[in-house]
Amino acid sequence: MSSSKKLKLPLELSLYDSYNNDLNGIQHTTIGKVASSRKDGFRRFEESGLPTTKLEKWRSTNLSKIYDNEFVIGDAKPDFDKEINEIFHCNVHGFNTNVYALLNGWYYSSNNDRLVTLEDGVIIGSIIEAQSKYPEIFDKYYNEITDPDNGLNHINSAIYTDGIFIYVPENVKSEKAVQLIKMVNRDTNIMINTRNLIILEDNSSLSFLHCDDSINQHAGFLVTNTEIFLGENATLDLYKLQNLNNQTALVNSTFIQQKGESELNVNVLTFNGGTIRNEFTVDLIGEKADANINGMYLMDDKQHVDNQVKVIHSAPNCTSSELFKGVLDDSASGVFNGYIYVARDAQKTAAFQKNANILMTNTASIDTMPFLEIYADDVKCSHGATVGQLDNEALFYLMQRGISEGDAKLLLMYAFVTEVTGKINILPLRESIDDMVKKRLRGDLSICEKCVLHCSKPEIPVEFEIDMSKI
Amino acid sequence: MLLNIKDLHVSINGKEILKGLNLGVNKGEVHAIMGPNGTGKSTLAAAITGREGYEITSGEIIYKGEVINDLAPDERANKGVFLSFQYPVEIPGVSITNFMRTALNAKREFLGEDPIPAGEFLKKMEEKKKLVDIQSKLTNRSVNEGFSGGEKKKNEIFQMAMLEPTMAILDETDSGLDIDALKVVANGVNALRSEDNGFVVITHYQRLLDYIVPDFVHVMYDGKIVKSGGKGLALELEEKGYDWIKEQL
Repeated sequence: MSSSKKLKLPLELSLYDSYNNDLNGIQHTTIGKVASSRKDGFRRFEESGLPTTKLEKWRSTNLSKIYDNEFVIGDAKPDFDKEINEIFHCNVHGFNTNVYALLNGWYYSSNNDRLVTLEDGVIIGSIIEAQSKYPEIFDKYYNEITDPDNGLNHINSAIYTDGIFIYVPENVKSEKAVQLIKMVNRDTNIMINTRNLIILEDNSSLSFLHCDDSINQHAGFLVTNTEIFLGENATLDLYKLQNLNNQTALVNSTFIQQKGESELNVNVLTFNGGTIRNEFTVDLIGEKADANINGMYLMDDKQHVDNQVKVIHSAPNCTSSELFKGVLDDSASGVFNGYIYVARDAQKTAAFQKNANILMTNTASIDTMPFLEIYADDVKCSHGATVGQLDNEALFYLMQRGISEGDAKLLLMYAFVTEVTGKINILPLRESIDDMVKKRLRGDLSICEKCVLHCSKPEIPVEFEIDMSKI
Repeated sequence: MLLNIKDLHVSINGKEILKGLNLGVNKGEVHAIMGPNGTGKSTLAAAITGREGYEITSGEIIYKGEVINDLAPDERANKGVFLSFQYPVEIPGVSITNFMRTALNAKREFLGEDPIPAGEFLKKMEEKKKLVDIQSKLTNRSVNEGFSGGEKKKNEIFQMAMLEPTMAILDETDSGLDIDALKVVANGVNALRSEDNGFVVITHYQRLLDYIVPDFVHVMYDGKIVKSGGKGLALELEEKGYDWIKEQL
């Protein structure tokens, strides 16, 4: 059936067929920009195929085992037969969110709620629905900042089924955090392509929590492209929680553009997953924009995590910081690639980058690559990468106080990553994440029926709400 | 006898540092161990507490009648052996509160007791910090992170007060302290002295012993205790220096 000359891998051929057969009718869009980008994505995929370790940027992340799986691609839209809150209960104390869900790549809601406008004017819903309802927004923003450089980006553009659309109008400070649960629940291996578009107009703000969860142990291949626009003086707090099974690969590419005085705070929290690759491209196009991109990863077994962060300082007086810390146990492997680009006109740039790793075994590994490309002369830039083991002095110190070796190691690993989790601005969320970190390190964190944030047995917090200043 | 060390030989990387050391500490006693640098004082502290890399090649460390040569450091600690470190380690990200609660509960678990209730724990913290004059938010900070030398040593004594050991070893607790901090630390130690516990105080200088008055003073040289006496020995050492001992050997 396949007629492409360059595509050879079975998965490539399946993707080719999926596009051409178009069983879900997604290619029938009348929105010109969307239609053309789908066609263009496919054309480019035909040229590039899927990324392999032959590409410099994929040198240390090998997806060939994932490619060997047979996947259902472009699964049919699931029926909406249960309310989200029946599948999913939010009981993080003091953390009130508006919850939206994607199930197997489709926006999960009743037909009437596919795109809603909240009281404060925020528009949230299915990206497909939004395309037909707000074509002018798509004309202005859609596909404007994606910089696809690999076949996964291309094929995703061509065949994504659905995704989330969020529009925060000018001057709207969205009080309640938006939580997106991306669930995979299918009794077979499945490849899911989704696309998101998030727009914050001038002087607006949003907290967005994006959870990627597996519900069963089938292999999944999850590919997401996200475009995010921050207007002047807009603020986005973006949290990504990743807790996927060991058979699953997640490749998510996020492209962010920031106008003047906007603020971005990203926390990528990777708890579990076979292969996880997070690509962030942040372009600071307005003066005094500030981007903080932080990440934490706790990997073991044969898991692999890859964080690719590219910050482009296009305008003067912007600041950016990156802090990625992780613990790798067993035969886990990791990659950190931090790229800071400072354009010639971007004077007074301050850009910092740090990646620190603890390897628990001789078989765990990390490939960390800072890369600075600076064309302006009045800038402050720094980068640092460390790879080490747990501090034996500290370990003995803790054990001398009666703490067992296992607990002492746990405490030190936990302490190591709190520099990252401590940057979570929403306190109840930070506490929940802290619990998850502890559970993960103890080996108690499961890929459970519910979202990881809502584990049935949250650790009972010891209340130390006493004024410590008096101690 | 609380602690009985018999003919202890300890090597680090194959190099013998302790060469047949004997020491006996009864309950209620304070023993000072003095001596020039490099004679094995800190090695003794490390061997008693079970630090990795300090190999006991022969001899016995008997604590409360049990040979503890092969016990893990945490087990010794939970049996009541405490070391006030010469160089307390900074542990960013671990709050003193969390650290102490974990340590205290580890000990209680070891003794078959229930974890300490939060209220009781905080009361205890409150009580013990007064002992060493900790006023600031010290206990809410990460363990030793950014602490001054004096704060670190106070924090050691605070931890000792929290854990209530039976056998405490103070390794150069006076180093890096000004006279005011030294008094505070010494007062803390003195308040914890009782008929039920023993102390080994390792120091270079007589001045600490003005405040923590020992029952016995031992001089270490080349991996052994070469001279023992009462508190007067410390004064003699202060006056005559260690060469006086060397000449006698």
